[in-house]
Amino acid sequence: MRVGIIGVGMTAFRPSTPEYSWKELMFEAASRAYADAGVDPRTDVDSFLTCAEDYYEGFGIFDEFVPDQLGATLRRMCTVSGDGLQGLANAFMQIQTGLVNVAVVEAHSKISDLLTLDGVIEHALDPIWNKPLGGHPYLVAGLEADAFLRQTRTSPKALAAVVVKNRTNALRNPLAAYGAAVDEDHVLRSEERFAPLRALDISNPADGCVVLVLASEAAAKKLHANPVWIRGIGWSSDSPSLETRDWSQAVYAQLAAQMAYRLAKVRRPVSEIDFAEVDDRFSYKELQHLEALGLAKKGEAGRNVMQGEYGSDGRLPVNVSGGSLGCGNVFEATGLHRAAEVAQQLRGEAGSHQLDGVRIGLAQSWRFVPTATGAVAVLGVGR
Amino acid sequence: MKKVGVIGAGMTLFRRRLQETGKEMCFEAAKMALESAGLTRADVDMVVNGTAPDAFDGVHMKGEYLLDGCGGYRKPYTRVFTGGGTGVFSSIAGWWHVASGLADVVLVVNEEKMSSCQPHPQSVFAHIWDPILDRPLKPNLIWIFAMEMNRYMHVYGVKKEDIARVAVKNKRNAVGHPCAQLADPNITVDDVLNSEVLAWPVQRLDISPPSDGASAVVLASEDFIRRRRIKDRAWISGVGWCIDSTMWTDRDLHFPEYVARAAKQAYKMAKISDPKRQIDFAEPYDPFDYKELHHLEGLLLAKKGEAPVLTREGVTERDGDLPVCPSGGLLGVGNPIAATMGMKIGEVFWQLTGQAGKRQIPHEVHTGVSQAWGDLMQYGCVMVMSS
Repeated sequence: MRVGIIGVGMTAFRPSTPEYSWKELMFEAASRAYADAGVDPRTDVDSFLTCAEDYYEGFGIFDEFVPDQLGATLRRMCTVSGDGLQGLANAFMQIQTGLVNVAVVEAHSKISDLLTLDGVIEHALDPIWNKPLGGHPYLVAGLEADAFLRQTRTSPKALAAVVVKNRTNALRNPLAAYGAAVDEDHVLRSEERFAPLRALDISNPADGCVVLVLASEAAAKKLHANPVWIRGIGWSSDSPSLETRDWSQAVYAQLAAQMAYRLAKVRRPVSEIDFAEVDDRFSYKELQHLEALGLAKKGEAGRNVMQGEYGSDGRLPVNVSGGSLGCGNVFEATGLHRAAEVAQQLRGEAGSHQLDGVRIGLAQSWRFVPTATGAVAVLGVGR
Repeated sequence: MKKVGVIGAGMTLFRRRLQETGKEMCFEAAKMALESAGLTRADVDMVVNGTAPDAFDGVHMKGEYLLDGCGGYRKPYTRVFTGGGTGVFSSIAGWWHVASGLADVVLVVNEEKMSSCQPHPQSVFAHIWDPILDRPLKPNLIWIFAMEMNRYMHVYGVKKEDIARVAVKNKRNAVGHPCAQLADPNITVDDVLNSEVLAWPVQRLDISPPSDGASAVVLASEDFIRRRRIKDRAWISGVGWCIDSTMWTDRDLHFPEYVARAAKQAYKMAKISDPKRQIDFAEPYDPFDYKELHHLEGLLLAKKGEAPVLTREGVTERDGDLPVCPSGGLLGVGNPIAATMGMKIGEVFWQLTGQAGKRQIPHEVHTGVSQAWGDLMQYGCVMVMSS
């Protein structure tokens, strides 16, 4: 059974949104998605999923606070404590069972409400082995970036090229929070933070909400929708302990991609995938992920980005939306935002950053430091 | 829709304070469940984790932290979370992993470690309220459940001693449970009625204890079960889940409509038209004694206000016509929130496959229902299983 995306709703991404509560952000994105899909959540939707983590939300059981603003009251609803793409995967499976015909996936960030973001992320470190060391959690990313650059002999200039590309791309995306005309020098001269990462290598937090409406092929037909098909989806986790995981490559992305490609029957990703939205919450992650996804040979992603291959007019446009460096880090909404961007591109509705003639695109996410968990979705249009 | 069966279950001891870390408890439960199914981690395609508020363990993204203990290393692994409902909900999530055809074997591992929360896990519940409307009133869980219990007693004229019978029954049922924290063969209705009043009408023995513990179940597709010739299996014939509004103050608390809707979904899928006749036994969620009665009515196994009468008449005893919480439930075995899966999904599996030992229902049973309840008195999830 094919499952497709029939509705996309997003708010703008902003460094802070004092005029909105998180419920209002969700209501806005959901209203847009329902209008886009032409569905009434009170009668047409069978199941709702939200992707949230208690600590990011500042609640004990965030699941409680979800139903009303999504129209999910007295209906099937649940929380997936994971990235938006993991939520998408669960909705995909619910529809595949045949029990659910139309499902809604929601993910959001209201991170500006959080006064102690660093402290919250620190609480994700192992409480016995790692947290007592007292380091900032982004040290994990710094160490991993160092391992990646050494192992693949990638120049730090390649990281700067990623930042320049994504922040410049974001200038053409009206939803992006951090579009800027930066050049390589700005990046390489920005303050050193977690060596080799500099201030501009790290995405900045943003608020925002993304809602997708999914339907089975039959339900999509009934609703006269023109779906973007979820051709394949996969998710995986490497070791949660810092001491035993693979530091030089993103094993989680590689395993998730294998699963998604298997379902999508993609054999040669380099030639079959037209464009990609990959997690770039630290600049090196974009390159590390492209190699794990099989979209670049090992050690070549850095050279490719410097040669402009991942620009919007390059061989494989990557993060045309501006990615997280350009749009902002929206935490658990990151993956769902990328899936929404890919869907918009495939529908030809990406506006000023529309790519020409794209038929199949990939969205990939990672659950941020200190995890080694990620997901991949392959989306396509047509038969 | 692929047919899915439960083929193994395991659970750790439930205790007020366990030495083991959360990861270690997950490992123990997962290992037991896999061994009881005759499988190893290599047979597992995907892993689902269920665990309730992160603040109990003080670990952000607790699902990621527990990952290797749950056997999720380098596998597709997801954590689902519906408050107290997670005790049954994670198995529903496991069900859709297999029923969708994406996985053949799924390991579901639930964990809760409430003792790391000092001085008492109740402090975590200070953060489950609406920050503007509720929190300034400084509510706690016992208060609001006292309101719900009061409402239930008032609307149906229920006597406290009939509610206390549930606590007595479950704590006695738990005597045969090797993991039980509060089993008591000699407890009487008077003991419950004379226990310390916490928030009237809730008394100490009306409530299940906070606990540490983990539980796990193994789900597999029909193809896999046939291929491996697995004998001990219970089929999942119906699932349902439903959430009500966040605004608990806006609804009448005497009847859990969200449980009834979840039950109707599950019964429809299981082709059950007359639950009272077609369901042989039940494992409803019983963190408070009145909740068992409330949920029996929500599950449509008793008319509104009739559950206390059934309890008084002995219908819900282990040898009654409708055994309820033969495991001993949360009141007898303990309440490590998500890990109560061991008495809900686990117990129904053990009863249906004749592995419940001293707790085995003496007459033949073919169909059982388990249910959990969560969030802010707003979440119901239901699973029907049959042999």
